[in-house]
Order: sequence, then structure tokens, then C-alpha cells
Amino acid sequence: MDRQVLGVNDVTMQFGGVVAVNNLSLHVNEGEIVALIGPNGAGKTTAFNVITGVYAPSNGQVVFKDNVISSNYPHGKFRKKYLGEQETMDKYSVVKSMTPDKITKLGVARTFQNIRLFKNLTVFENVLIAKHMRSKANFLSATFRLNYKEEKQNRDETMELLKILGLDDVKDEVAHSLPYGKQRHLEIARALATKPELLLLDEPAAGMNPQETVELTQFIKKIKDDFNLTVFMIEHHMDLVMEISDRIYVLDFGKLIAEGTPEEIQNNQRVIDAYLGVQQDE
Amino acid sequence: MNMSKKTKNICTAILILVAVILITLFDNDVIGNAYIKRVLNLAAIYAIISVSMNLVNGFTGMFSLGQAGFMAIGAFTVAVFTVPAESIPSIFYIEPMAPWLAAIRLPFVVALLVGGLIAAVLALIIGYPVLRLKSDYLAIATLGFSEIIRIVFTQMQTITNGALGIKCIPGITTMWVPFGAAAICIGIMVLLINSSYGRAFKAIREDDIAAEAMGINLSFHKNLSFAISSFFTAIAGGLFASLLTAVDPKQFYFTLTYNFLLIIVLGGMGSVTGTIIASFIITGGLEWLRFFDEPLSVMGYNIPIFRAGLRMVVFSLLLMILVLFYRKGIMGQKEFSWDGIYNWIMKVKTRLSRKKGGA
Repeated sequence: MDRQVLGVNDVTMQFGGVVAVNNLSLHVNEGEIVALIGPNGAGKTTAFNVITGVYAPSNGQVVFKDNVISSNYPHGKFRKKYLGEQETMDKYSVVKSMTPDKITKLGVARTFQNIRLFKNLTVFENVLIAKHMRSKANFLSATFRLNYKEEKQNRDETMELLKILGLDDVKDEVAHSLPYGKQRHLEIARALATKPELLLLDEPAAGMNPQETVELTQFIKKIKDDFNLTVFMIEHHMDLVMEISDRIYVLDFGKLIAEGTPEEIQNNQRVIDAYLGVQQDE
Repeated sequence: MNMSKKTKNICTAILILVAVILITLFDNDVIGNAYIKRVLNLAAIYAIISVSMNLVNGFTGMFSLGQAGFMAIGAFTVAVFTVPAESIPSIFYIEPMAPWLAAIRLPFVVALLVGGLIAAVLALIIGYPVLRLKSDYLAIATLGFSEIIRIVFTQMQTITNGALGIKCIPGITTMWVPFGAAAICIGIMVLLINSSYGRAFKAIREDDIAAEAMGINLSFHKNLSFAISSFFTAIAGGLFASLLTAVDPKQFYFTLTYNFLLIIVLGGMGSVTGTIIASFIITGGLEWLRFFDEPLSVMGYNIPIFRAGLRMVVFSLLLMILVLFYRKGIMGQKEFSWDGIYNWIMKVKTRLSRKKGGA
């Protein structure tokens, strides 16, 4: 069970003079649910964007299974301005950055913090689009419907997925007309349709009430078992995080300050300090 | 409230039959005259260009204004390759046509396709660097490209006869050519839009970051959409050259693109049927409003504002009103459907009856 799925090694992400993520190293093993937590502005979403290829890191390496997704080291004019940990600076000499679509094709799917659905398309189309990536038809055969078998199979699979996730009753509705909770579900459904091995959830419970959060907890557990997934998520709802994660990483100001099981994190003084602040006069 | 599938099919069949009968009647000069025929032909050609522009602007969500340039490529390809060999010396009287080019004479259809392919290849070449840009920047880059094409064509004396243009292009003899071409080109584009590639285009329009996270290769799909759009635009450009029987680079000034932009905005960004309807309205409207250009005298007094150019003022005003009050155009992102018509009639009916009941 301990096979590593995702490895983030010494990743630093620097925007001009701002070091959003500083020398972050973490790993996610197969079948785990791992959470990344931290106060606002700690660099969690930036870390996600580096993993999914939206940003190329300033230094460090991201590995998915045996594939190097992105790798970089501060070279050229960036070397002088580099503000991250200096000792990891020359560790990687390969420059590589896959585009997000290739990373998705490898089996990494993600959702977004502020929902990014295809708003004017129906629920069914939203999920069906994820199937396009793996369809073999070129544009001519797709235009002249020579791929009708594949198309039908994609449609059937999409329908099946919607049924499993309980979205089949709204399949013909336009995505932006759905209630908020359903939109979150749809985003997860869309990510699942890409047939991922690793699912990255960026604040899946944002804006949900306690009742909805409990439902979401069940939902995540269910899809993890049904689809044989590894889940890596950013979350602020501590009930959810503590209940479902196997391990937790804590980020603060771009740096990893703690890692461990939920119990260890709850009792970690540095984490408490990061969230509640340190008392100065003592 | 829906109609049964059978009624819908019957309605569609009737519509197609009426169109076929009308075209046959026009074609055999039973109704209409040469002028009306010409306007209708032009509208059909504009419909192809507008739908292909809509493929990029309305369906893929890229703001491209290069249509006039691609049209020029198609028009000049047809002009250069289909001009009869015996009239070449009289057309190219300043500098003779390049001999290798004069030796190649192609049938009309082949020349159309060659023009389309040249445009598609050029679109791929400029698309690769340019399509990374977004919105206004892309518009400026493509506008610049269309101007470059025009100026290059003005300078290529031995190939395009420069600013003099090419005359004596074999003309279109029957209305079936532009209308048939429109049916085929638009039909192919509709099939594409409804295929999984079309869905990918729409996904890019809705949210490119999410589309990329769904595994859609942005640069490939943007280039594909741009190239297909250019291909069909160039084909329509070839038809345009053949319809006018004469082309010169000045016709493809960048303001021509705005005609098509108006058509797709009026018809609805992301609606094929809306675009087709709008291209007939705009092409027809531009002709119908011609009486504004003629001097008008009321009781012996010549009204001074009725002079050449007023037509465009009135036309612009109409469009301004339209954009202010019908921002989504005629159809928005919807397509024409019999259900839509049926529901609309029902809505009007209930509204009328309610008014009666209230009074």
C-alpha cells in the first residue's frame, strides 16, 4: 500500500519578490487521503497549481508515479533573485514543465477553489467534455460521425457516472442554474470523468453549511472507495479534515511547519501558534 | 409543451422544400430580377463567412478579426487559377503574369479547395504564436495579419496584378452554386460543432483554465478552430470573387471584417441559425436602405441630408439601437428549433388572451 503516487520535492514558487511556496516537500501514497491545511495565504492553492502544471516551479521537482511532471532550478537571470532555500538550489538540473492537459491525461484530476464549471453547458455536457481527452477520433472522423461507437460509449459512461453520483436527475440543466452544493458535486463528477488515480480537491467544502459538509465527507469517502482513488485536498473545515484524512500537512507562509496524523497535528504547538498566534509577553 | 417528432420533421421538410422551390423560381427568372438574385447570392456567401467567424469568436471564444484577409486569400486563389488563359495578357498589361502560374489553370471547385487549404496553412502558421493572446490583443494581431495579406497582394504584381486586380473571372451562373456551397460548408461546421471537438471548443470558450484541467490541449484546439474557420472563409472568398467576376485588394480592406462582426453580433455569438438569419438581414438591409443615399426632394425643396453616405449613418443607428436593447442578438446562444417557435407562439397567444380577459 505504500507506493508513492505523488511526490513534491523541494518545490519553491516565487512570484517576483514574493515566495509563495518555500522548499515544500511532501508525498502522497496510494490509497491515502491527505490534507493540506494552513492559514489564509499560506500558499496551499499555489502548491496545487504547481502540481497541476498551471505554474512551473522556480525550483524543485514534482513527480507523479514514475513521471516527472515538472522540474526546474533557478538559472539564468532568476539565479540572483532567487529567495528560496539556497541549499536545494542546485539539486535539479532538468528543466521540464508539462502543460495541465498532459498532467490530466496522466491521471491527475483537480477541482477549483472558486467553482469553474462550463457555465452555459448542460450538466451532461460538462461531464462529457472530460471524455474528449481520451477519445481517439481526429477532427475529421468526429465531424463525419465515423467515431459513433466511441461517442456512444462515452455517452453511456457519462450517464453511468452521473447516476452513481446522483446527478442524473439534473443532467439536462444548465450548469450555472444548479444550487451551490450540486455545482460542487458536478465539479467533482467532471474531475472523476477523466479517470484519475489522484484527485486534488481545492477546498471542496468552501461555503457549505455543517449539514452539507457531513454529506460531502461521506461523498468523498464513497468516491474514494468506488473509484479506487488517492485523494489530496486543501480544506479549512477542521471537522472534515480530522475525520477523513490519513495524514495532514500544515503550511504557513509557504513553509511546511508540520506533518502527521490528525491527532499529532491537533497537539502540535507550532500549528496551534500558526492558527491562533503566539503570545508575545511571557 | 413540445411538438411530436413527426410534426417537426414535416415542418423541416416543408421549409427545405420551400427554399428549394424559391431558389428554382429565382434561378429560372420566374420571380425576382438579377439584382435580387445577386443580393441573395451575396447573403449566402456572407452566411458562410459569418458562420466560420462565429466558429472562432462565438464557439471557441477567441476575438479574431482576420476574416477579410482569409477571404482575400480565397478570392485571389480562385481569381489567379481560373482566369481563362486567353484573357491573361489583357489583364496583366503592366507586368505579365508569372509564366509558371499562367501555365496552371484549375477548375473552379479545385481552385476553391486550394484557396481554402492555403488559408488554413497560413492560419496554422500565424495561429501558433498569435493564439496565445487573448481578447483585444488577439483582435489586433489578427487585424494586422489581414492588413498584411492585403498589402502583400497589392505588391505581388506578377501574381495578383497588384492594385489593378484581376478581371474576367468566370462568373457564377446559377444560384445553386453559392447556396449549395453554403449548405455544405455550414452543414460541415454544424456537424463539427456538435461533435466532441465542438464540445471542446465550447469548453474553451466557457473557461479555458478548467478546459485545460479537463485534458483539453488549448493550443491544438484553438489552432484547429482557427484553421477550419479560415478554410471555410477562404472558400467563401473564392465564391465571392466568382460572384463579382473581378477582385482587387482594396475590396478586402479591414472594414469588410466589421460587416461579419456585425452579422455575428446581431445573430448571436454562438448561434449558427442566428448567424444565417442575420447575414440575410444585414446584406438585404444594406441594399434596402439604399434609398437614403439618393437625393430626396419634398415639394420642390431638396432635403440636404439625403446624400450618399446617409445609408451607413442610418444603418449604424439601427445597429446601435439593436446592441443597446438586444445585447445577445437575435438568438443568443440558442439555435432555431420548432419547439422554440411553438412555445413563442403559445406565449404570445396566452399574453393576448390575458389582455382580452383583463379588458
